[in-house]
Amino acid sequence: MQIVLKDFTKTFDGNTVIDRMNLTVEDGEMLALLGPSGCGKSTTLFAVCGIHRVNGGQILFGDRDVSNLPSQQRNVGVVFQNYALYPHMSVFENIAFPLTVRKDSKADVDRAVRDIAELTHISELLERRPGQLSGGQQQRVALARALVRKPDVLLLDEPLANLDAKLRLEMRSEIRRIQLETGITAILVTHDQVEAMSMCERIAIMKGGKIIQIDTPKDMYSNPRTSFVAGFLGNPPISFLKGRAEAGGFVLDDGSLRLPLPVASQIPDGTDLTVGIRPEHFGRAGDVPISGKVIFAETQGRENLYDVALPDGSVLRSVQPAQDDVRAGDSVSWKLESAAALVFAEDGRRL
Amino acid sequence: MTRNYSNWPIILVLLLISAPIIVMYAFLLVDTVTTSPPGSAIPNGFTLSHWRFLIDPTATGDVWGPTLTTILFTASIVLIVLGVSSTAGYALSRLNMPFRRFFLGGILVMHAFPLVTLIIGVFLVLQFVGLYNTLTGVVLVKAGLMLPFGIWIMKGFYDTVPWEIEMAGVQDGASRFTVWRRLILPQVRPGLFALALFAAIDAWGEYMLPRILAPSADFEVLSIYLNTVSDPDSTTYNFNLFKSVGLFYTLPILALYAIFRDRLMNIFGGGTKG
Ligand SMILES: Nc1ncnc2c1ncn2[C@@H]1O[C@H](COP(=O)(O)OP(=O)(O)O)[C@@H](O)[C@H]1O
Ligand SMILES: [Mg+2]
Repeated sequence: MQIVLKDFTKTFDGNTVIDRMNLTVEDGEMLALLGPSGCGKSTTLFAVCGIHRVNGGQILFGDRDVSNLPSQQRNVGVVFQNYALYPHMSVFENIAFPLTVRKDSKADVDRAVRDIAELTHISELLERRPGQLSGGQQQRVALARALVRKPDVLLLDEPLANLDAKLRLEMRSEIRRIQLETGITAILVTHDQVEAMSMCERIAIMKGGKIIQIDTPKDMYSNPRTSFVAGFLGNPPISFLKGRAEAGGFVLDDGSLRLPLPVASQIPDGTDLTVGIRPEHFGRAGDVPISGKVIFAETQGRENLYDVALPDGSVLRSVQPAQDDVRAGDSVSWKLESAAALVFAEDGRRL
Repeated sequence: MTRNYSNWPIILVLLLISAPIIVMYAFLLVDTVTTSPPGSAIPNGFTLSHWRFLIDPTATGDVWGPTLTTILFTASIVLIVLGVSSTAGYALSRLNMPFRRFFLGGILVMHAFPLVTLIIGVFLVLQFVGLYNTLTGVVLVKAGLMLPFGIWIMKGFYDTVPWEIEMAGVQDGASRFTVWRRLILPQVRPGLFALALFAAIDAWGEYMLPRILAPSADFEVLSIYLNTVSDPDSTTYNFNLFKSVGLFYTLPILALYAIFRDRLMNIFGGGTKG
């Protein structure tokens, strides 16, 4: 079921948190709402499921306007960050709850619960209480309960935030598998770019209640629209150099570094620019030599990370295959791929 | 529970402090089944005659009528207190209703007034609505006076239930009422239970209100009955008989305390854990 937000606006006590947001989630798609804490992701999600009433605009499921429908009539499955399982009920009763509310027959409830339990791999846990489950198992139960009614839409609010690192990896692929198997339209809210990139078809990146860019993870990574997007995606993160345009290129403020930039040819000399260099584009290969001092070196087993300070004090990050020849404190002369540099205007717009 | 310290010193101190009470209760118990010579506290014979009031109405008058009345009185108060506290506490905890702050403040203020300062107003109201001298009137007033405490306690319990549970219930298609009854209420059960016990114990011991608000009514609760028995000018006055009736009156409360000690403590926890 396609979800469309049209000029969606939400205010709390006269304080506009979301201002005329437009968003379309295609049928069967899993879309990530990605952004820093407090940018309005949960607010958007809760408006879609009906917990928050919209203050302006429309929310459409397919061509049905649900803006003013109560939650009970929207047929939306929600997985909350803390799972919100009913502690006094067994896993079976938890999953069956949406069906018993609907007064389905006992046989139907039983079959539906067992089917969904099989899909989410919790068949052997049905008699337990939520308190007797691990975090990952609780997450599966919450998913099963959200899906048992065959909702039109599945909403997940930071579903992995409460799990430890190993379970997070496991549930990441599990949630995706279950979403693909059911073919349900889903919105995933997260502040973790890795989650968003690995689980979703498209990412909508938000900042201060606005969607900055909607794209596939790959396009968003290689083609960010603003410096905020470029800085939010990627781990280790992109590094930025501040300088100005000069003679069809970019120079650092102290003139120590010149980058030839194709886009810079139309920019008047002296314009302030910010250049973003991803760590994989700075290292032993490239076209522009850069000297600096390694101020930080870290190995992650397969790869090494380096922070290199340039003479003017700005820092470039580099990621390279693990090797043992450079330490913190060493002076290095490495190269930069100028073609891969991302150029931003002073206000953060990509040029 | 396992402890890594010895707790007999604590028990000893507590025993010493409560010794007078324990001794009193022991004497009370012994006195009701023994005879002792005049002027002595040491019993010299066993007897059940002090308990004859249970079957013999001529001893002090019928005891079972007042007992039934007291049970009815207590049960009605418990039901009213539970019914109103469980719903009002929920409303104050969860619903974004008008005058919420006013209600909360009002409840606290009600706490601050001792009964005696309210009694004249209560008396006038009862007169006005025609419930003066009726059991209903006393039940309503007693329950009403307990409500601030009950509502406040229940609000505390509701506050500990995560609101996501409620939202999950609504998403699952349940009405707010179903959510309350099937998802929220079960989680405040310890609170309800403790409140019921408190209300029962309080109502069972109530003496002032029936005395003042229904002085000439045709019903009698046990506390009033006990007062009549204790009247030294009465023709049937007998101190040991009085003690037996007193014990009979106290036993249910002692039993409640003994059986449900742990659950009573819940009310101070204000949560579902424990
Ligand atoms: N019920 C509420 N009342 C008032 N302000 C709220 C409420 N819910 C959220 N907000 C505000 O809206 C903004 C966005 O919140 P939220 O959507 O929860 O952010 P996040 O992206 O971290 O999920 C925050 O500034 C928050 O303070
Ligand atoms: Mg949030």
